[in-house]
Amino acid sequence: MTPQPVQAIHVQGLEKSYKKLEVLRGVDFDVAQGSIFSLLGSNGAGKTTVVKILSTLLKADAGTVTVNGFDIATQAADVRKSISLTGQFAAVDEILSGRENLVLVARLRHLKDPGTIADDLLDRFSLTHGAERKVATYSGGMRRRLDIAMSLIGNPPVIFLDEPTTGLDPQARLEVWQAVKDLAAQGTTVLLTTQYLDEAEQLADRIAILHGGRIIVKGTLAELKQLLPPAKVEYVEKQPTLEDVFFAIVGSDGKDSDAVAMNAAARTRKEQR
Amino acid sequence: MTNHFFNETAVLLGRSMRHITRSMDTIITVTIMPIVLMLLFVYVFGGAIHTGSERYVTYLLPGILLITIAMGISYTAVRLFTDMKSGIFERLQSMPIARSSVLWAHVLTSVVSNLISLGVVVLVALLLGFRSPAGVLAWLAVAGILVLFTLALTWIAVIAGLSAKTPEGAGAFSYPIIFLPFISSAFVLTDTMPGPVRAFAGHQPVTSIVNTIRDLFTRQPVSTDIWIALAWCLGILIVAYTFAMLTYRRRISK
Repeated sequence: MTPQPVQAIHVQGLEKSYKKLEVLRGVDFDVAQGSIFSLLGSNGAGKTTVVKILSTLLKADAGTVTVNGFDIATQAADVRKSISLTGQFAAVDEILSGRENLVLVARLRHLKDPGTIADDLLDRFSLTHGAERKVATYSGGMRRRLDIAMSLIGNPPVIFLDEPTTGLDPQARLEVWQAVKDLAAQGTTVLLTTQYLDEAEQLADRIAILHGGRIIVKGTLAELKQLLPPAKVEYVEKQPTLEDVFFAIVGSDGKDSDAVAMNAAARTRKEQR
Repeated sequence: MTNHFFNETAVLLGRSMRHITRSMDTIITVTIMPIVLMLLFVYVFGGAIHTGSERYVTYLLPGILLITIAMGISYTAVRLFTDMKSGIFERLQSMPIARSSVLWAHVLTSVVSNLISLGVVVLVALLLGFRSPAGVLAWLAVAGILVLFTLALTWIAVIAGLSAKTPEGAGAFSYPIIFLPFISSAFVLTDTMPGPVRAFAGHQPVTSIVNTIRDLFTRQPVSTDIWIALAWCLGILIVAYTFAMLTYRRRISK
């Protein structure tokens, strides 16, 4: 047995080019076990490239990367045992039902009792009502929840989420956020890429900004805020945001998002006071 | 590890077979063209074609079976392409499973679904009057050659599926293969063809395969054609497999 590493992910001097296009030019970061780490960057910054290299789908040109203590170049099989990848586009099988998708992954991971595992996850991600339906009929949010549920099978210690909320409506986005928070609460390390600043703010313990092929800043949200001049005190009339309005009007559409809607409503009330 | 490979391949085979059984239209589209061709040749052109055999449908069937396979493998390429595009391929490649099982599952699915389509076409041929005195061994030999031909073409389909940019592109590679039987001994005797065409027909894989299957069906002694047919199938299989593997390596870790 390898001793448990303190850093779940260690990346040093990571470089990658596609032909002449230099995408990563020396990326360094560490992710502590059980934390949520957010890689922020605009489109094309190389976030997906980092995730693909860390999940052994792409080879790095230079640099050392360990995931859960295993080197991605020499111990790729052990890395794959330690991780789960939720890619940029929900990688679910449209022709199978939600339950069959989960059973498929459980069987591929050689787990006992794939049916029970699937039912538990369907319940946990409020998908029981659509369990037997073809995934092709799912909404974007359901699809994403199923996608994340599939990644949790086998309880991998490290999970990569590549832009998990891109293209989702606000409600589905809050559902995914809740799922991510639950994961970290159970001790799973989460590496999350996003182009939404509020997403990083909401979820991440530590944030790194990937720009021009390098990590230009990293730290906690508080640390990043200190990089700017101290806050000025200004008096601004607090208006509800469009999101607050949206949730106040729409409310929840089903049993599974009651809590979400109540939170939103509570927040609206608080802010209106 | 090898046990895992077989287990994982079986699980993934089950998955893609579900794709086929749930959208039976793939089996129907695969079989409809060969069946229509068979009807056309038996009832429209057949009367004017002299092959010296008792029933034209018996003469025709081997070529029709090869067209069925050529139609079928274009769906293999499309299924593989869809997996690549949807991200399922990447999800599977990032999981702790034997990576090649993903590809083998598609290849086996291709063989199984083609055997189903071939069965449907043979049944229709029986309705049209196809009769064969061939024994069990001859039928097994026919099945063996058809499986080998399917495997060879499937690996070509894998190359197409892995390297295509659009689903149309993934399926289009099979068109030339579908038309190969027309310039062979599949529909008419090659004797009446002009010199260069006859030379092409005599030296392309379909003619030797068709002749071998026809001999087996009609209980004729099998000529040296069987060795030429096997050499073609194995040759295509090895070359296509090699290139498919190269394409695959390039796709999974750039």
